[in-house]
Amino acid sequence: MPEFSFLFGQFIGGLTAAMFLFLIASGLSLIFGVLRVLNFAHGSFYMIGAYLAWQLVRWMQPAAEGFWPAALGAALAIALLGGIVERLLLRHLYAREELYQLLFTYALVLILGDVAKILWGTQQLSVSRPPSLAGSLELLGVTIPYYNLFIMLLCPTIAVGFWYILQRTAVGRIVRAAALDRETLGALGANVGWVYTGMFMVGSFLAGLGGALVTPIKSIVPGMDVEIIVEAFIVVVIGGLGSFWGTFLGALIYGQVLSFGILVFPRFSIFAVSVLMAAILILRPWGLLGRPLK
Amino acid sequence: MLEVEGVRKTFDGFTAVDGVSLSVARGEIAAVIGPNGAGKSTLFNLITGHLSPDAGRVLLKGRDITGAAPHRICLMGMGRSFQRTNIFAKLTVFENVQAAFITHRRHGGNFWSLSSSLYRSETHELLASLGLIDKADAVSGALSHGAQKQVELGIALACDPEILLLDEPTAGMSAAETHETIRLLERIARERGLTLLFTEHDMEVVFSIAQRISVLHQGRMIARGTPTEVQAHAEVRRVYLGERH
Amino acid sequence: MTTLKRVPWTLVVFAAALVVPFLGSRFYTFVATDIAILSLFAMSLNLLLGYTGLVSFGHAAYFGIGAYACALLMKSAGAPFLPSLVAGGLMAAAFALVFGFFCVRLTRIYFAMLTLAFAQIVWAICFKWNDVTGGEQGLPNVPYPDIDWMSSLPVLGDFRTGDQFYLVCVLIVALCIAGLRRIIDSPFGRVLTVIRDNAERAQFIGVNVRAHQLAAFVVAGFFAGISGALFGIFNRGVFPDFCYWTKSAEPLIMTILGGMSAFWGPAVGAAAFIVLNQQITSYTEYWPFTMGVVLIILLFVFPGGIAGTLIGAVERLRARPQPDAGSAPDARESDARG
Repeated sequence: MPEFSFLFGQFIGGLTAAMFLFLIASGLSLIFGVLRVLNFAHGSFYMIGAYLAWQLVRWMQPAAEGFWPAALGAALAIALLGGIVERLLLRHLYAREELYQLLFTYALVLILGDVAKILWGTQQLSVSRPPSLAGSLELLGVTIPYYNLFIMLLCPTIAVGFWYILQRTAVGRIVRAAALDRETLGALGANVGWVYTGMFMVGSFLAGLGGALVTPIKSIVPGMDVEIIVEAFIVVVIGGLGSFWGTFLGALIYGQVLSFGILVFPRFSIFAVSVLMAAILILRPWGLLGRPLK
Repeated sequence: MLEVEGVRKTFDGFTAVDGVSLSVARGEIAAVIGPNGAGKSTLFNLITGHLSPDAGRVLLKGRDITGAAPHRICLMGMGRSFQRTNIFAKLTVFENVQAAFITHRRHGGNFWSLSSSLYRSETHELLASLGLIDKADAVSGALSHGAQKQVELGIALACDPEILLLDEPTAGMSAAETHETIRLLERIARERGLTLLFTEHDMEVVFSIAQRISVLHQGRMIARGTPTEVQAHAEVRRVYLGERH
Repeated sequence: MTTLKRVPWTLVVFAAALVVPFLGSRFYTFVATDIAILSLFAMSLNLLLGYTGLVSFGHAAYFGIGAYACALLMKSAGAPFLPSLVAGGLMAAAFALVFGFFCVRLTRIYFAMLTLAFAQIVWAICFKWNDVTGGEQGLPNVPYPDIDWMSSLPVLGDFRTGDQFYLVCVLIVALCIAGLRRIIDSPFGRVLTVIRDNAERAQFIGVNVRAHQLAAFVVAGFFAGISGALFGIFNRGVFPDFCYWTKSAEPLIMTILGGMSAFWGPAVGAAAFIVLNQQITSYTEYWPFTMGVVLIILLFVFPGGIAGTLIGAVERLRARPQPDAGSAPDARESDARG
């Protein structure tokens, strides 16, 4: 029987992973909820966000606290990239079959993956933790870095912030309306086009931010785009496509399943992802908090 | 032929159809009327298996078809046309009707024969009787609204129905087209001994060919009977005051 | 359009395919074998995509299953080629039946994601089941089919083994394509088209939509399995990444590249894809980048793919000198499915 501190450590690990996943998956869910597009390139935005953060930190090298502006800068750059992609390219595919939109985002994955390789090579890169959050605390026998703690507080805060904006502000109302009925919204005078662009940018911002913030914890490698997008899909499916709190719940569940699943079935962690996704889609396709399909 | 007994359907707290009953005898032409939102389309969807009622039964020729799969109900002899034209837009008119012949006669499992050679004469006949023969090779999605409605009818008839449910068959038609369509329906019903149940907004149409009329209002049936009876019905007049075409 | 239709494309393609060994180049034969096998793979996917309207992201699973089943039978059980090949197809079809049953209950995005999930499960099994599938190492050294009997034939006997196997492939692929053609022209195929056009209406003409979609899924799986089995032999080895989801993207791209509304579209796409791949990878390692750009150009500029664009161009040329009934170019669209 493993010690409590070991279990607690796994729990914290699962929580940290979950928070990052939530950050990224919430962007995916937001984009799907409003634009009805499943953005395969979301993982690529995450990866480029990480690389950009690394690059910006390097350029600000002598400055000690370069990390925070770098992370923010990377996230904003990704938001801009998302905006350009949506405005110039994606919007022309809305009228077409979903397949075209999916293939477009997949084409972006191919392109961005190689762009990253061209610009930053294939070596592993890493970013050190910001000095302001160096160090860790001891809790119940487990060492928790302050940085991880910060992430665990930041992400729910962002979640609540978004929830508040969506539910309580005029902007949020427009977004929710766009998700439900684009035609009527357009007829009411709201500029649906900019709502879409805006949402895509916000979603991409979240992906870029996630990528930037994960750099002190995980190394930056090619292939992290594909890895994260599959996990983000799972999270969003578990919680329910388009449901904000569903994504949060899905991330928490997935984080813990991964953490403890490895203990129980070490050989089968590779299955966990796909079996979980298949199970949800078979038994309850609209996820835990989504709307039933028919 | 068709019995609907106390069907009810609620969506998220809104009761679209509340305890509606009606019956249509073989060979009869019946209509369901009511203002917008009265629940006519929902009622149709409940009858044809597109939706499952929360309560009540639907019987076709004495057999319980409540909530059965739509394709089963179709194969049992019920045909349907839709309010918003619902045809196979990318196929030609000929192919539309031919497809219906093929599927209804259960050739869907045939992996071997050449589909284009099946039921050619039957399709020709049906198209001729509907006056569509000159448009046979036109892509149906490109036709006018009225022509598409005729194709819709053709598809429904190719399924050799005993009872035909028509959801607003003259919606969006000019007066002349409406007249033509009604004559056509009457003739076909007579020739094939069809039972018709349709919904309509155009009162003229309804009163000209319906033998029995049911009136729906906010999900409930408020009147049932012959045209004369319904016209004289107090509540019906109240509901329709100001809504006459 | 009738001119294009009158050309007996099937014979043309078949004849062209048969010419390749006579060119005497190992490379050409290699590429041609690749094209033949992957054409079948892409065409099997198009049964789902272009004809039934189902987007599957997990078609590689059946490719892989067919490959593993055939290779295992030939390698471990020493079974002869043809039965193993058919067994590969049947095994893939069996899995398609089980997976497809759950997939067709869903629509669109959810359908696509479940096909993806199942494919990943198959991949994970192949990756981990060391005893049977060889795990990460896969099954190298898959034996060649016994085609020694060919050496005794007049012309064919002079060819290298690679050419002989190529001819066997062409024959098998031709038979499969003929089968697919027959199926598409049959009432069953007609129903699939009808389902794609308007699934709701299809129900009300007596079509059990789900049953038909499942049947299409199984047939597509069968032919994917056959192509996988052939590929395993051609590749001289079967590996887990045959099933990885990015492998599923290949027939999708080939089909879009060639055009999904034309019967030969996916084959054209497969040829174009493979040739392009050969050319690009000899210059640069950034093949994914190139593929991504090509895909985007396709999606925005040539949505009908190569075949679709060509057919459209021919129609426009034909329609111009004869401005008769406005329905002339439109009516031809149904011919384009030739």
